[in-house]
Amino acid sequence: MIPASFDYVRADSVDAAIAALTEHGDEAKLLAGGHSLLPLMKLRLAAPSVLVDVGRLDDLRYINDAGDHIAIGALTRHRDLEISTLLASAAPLLSHAAGHVGDPQVRHRGTLGGSLAHADPASDLPAVILAMGGTLVATGPNGSREIPASEFFTGFLESGLAPDELLTEIRIPKLDAQGWSFQKFNRRAQDWAIVGVATVRANGSTGVALVNMGSTPLLATAVMDAVKSGATAADAAALANEGTEAQSDINASSEYREHLARVLVRRSLEESGLA
Amino acid sequence: MQITVTVNGVERSGDVEPRTLLVHFLRDELGLTGTNIGCDTSSCGACTIHVEGQSVKSCTMLAAQADGLSVTTIEGLADGDTLHPMQRCFQENHGLQCGYCTPGMVMAAVSLLDENPNPSETDVRIGLEGNLCRCTGYHNIVKSVLACAAESTGASK
Ligand SMILES: Cc1cc2nc3c(=O)[nH]c(=O)nc-3n(C[C@H](O)[C@H](O)[C@H](O)COP(=O)(O)OP(=O)(O)OC[C@H]3O[C@@H](n4cnc5c(N)ncnc54)[C@H](O)[C@@H]3O)c2cc1C
Ligand code: FES
Ligand code: FES
Repeated sequence: MIPASFDYVRADSVDAAIAALTEHGDEAKLLAGGHSLLPLMKLRLAAPSVLVDVGRLDDLRYINDAGDHIAIGALTRHRDLEISTLLASAAPLLSHAAGHVGDPQVRHRGTLGGSLAHADPASDLPAVILAMGGTLVATGPNGSREIPASEFFTGFLESGLAPDELLTEIRIPKLDAQGWSFQKFNRRAQDWAIVGVATVRANGSTGVALVNMGSTPLLATAVMDAVKSGATAADAAALANEGTEAQSDINASSEYREHLARVLVRRSLEESGLA
Repeated sequence: MQITVTVNGVERSGDVEPRTLLVHFLRDELGLTGTNIGCDTSSCGACTIHVEGQSVKSCTMLAAQADGLSVTTIEGLADGDTLHPMQRCFQENHGLQCGYCTPGMVMAAVSLLDENPNPSETDVRIGLEGNLCRCTGYHNIVKSVLACAAESTGASK
């Protein structure tokens, strides 16, 4: 399988990438690790006429302690997240989950920015960033703006990024985590989650986000509110499906996904230390 | 477009279409047919090579993305007639049957030991999750990788 023809432009700076996006408009797509986009192009489910390769922008490949938050460059690869000692102590949920994305070969190429911009509800890291209350930085012709993760995912494979914007940084608050958990249920190693749950408990509040329970990654707000008002893990988990729209597909029916969501949310809350 | 890739230590140039996959550049342009294509959908790992020393599925990377980088294929592992220790361990431990998955398995295994020189059996099984084998049941593959790890950590101690 070979993608449809396209023109290839390698951007050597953020400005050059934005200039190329501005010039080519809707016809252009950014290429980061290529591990979501190239499979789609090989299947001809995507056929951009220009690819703007930002994969060499090493300036956007970093994990820094920025005082009250951790700043992560959008081109940081899953493997970088997995082995980061800073994340292991300041955001273990993220490094752990990154270590469960696909397989080692995928983690050597795939990037955090690509994972978020792709906005696939079945992906792991969008839910993790949601649960942690992260903020995304988008940079376009008129400079940079911040987008809370909770407002970033607008539809199936759709995000709040404008066509001429590049995701440049991901910020996660430094939480004094009391507990965290990442539950990923799949049938085969290497696969996407049939359902996944990311939980982090810190500073008196609990963030819970769901993988593959609707057209976007979702915050389980009903569960979060229940925990806040003192519910047990079991009682809170019973609300796991409020606001979800699980799909049926070859892996699971929507009813089965809803069952999994309740079970996994409960396990996730318990593993994060909630009674 | 013109690209130059350092393949197994030698600079190789080629004129490719932007859509050329790295695996096709290696096999069809350079004649390095040791790298196999299994699934062509990023799942099986038969096409695994190293890019800048790390395992990558070459069916999921453009040749253009490798321009200016260094790539190692299965042909680049042996030192003349002397097999790479991982190749020898696969041979000694019957880590292959039909051999189709083997180049990818060996490349993935070398990258695995690079990152974790002293893996447990579970580490090896999880570390090779991106590579499928239809013949061996994985048992002797895992045995081969563990044997190679034991050899090299034993030697360096
Ligand atoms: C076999 C296999 C298994 C996988 N398993 C999992 C899994 O279990 N869990 C999981 O979460 N993911 C999985 N993935 C997906 C993987 O994590 C991808 O790497 C990731 O989703 C996309 O990152 P990328 O850098 O490869 O993006 P690309 O494929 O390069 O890009 C994806 C999309 O994002 C856009 N984009 C990329 N970077 C930016 C940016 N900085 N700013 C704006 N837009 C941008 C691109 O234009 C494109 O539309 C798997 C992939 C494969 C091939
Ligand atoms: S051929 Fe590349 S992963 Fe199967
Ligand atoms: S030895 Fe035949 S596929 Fe692995």
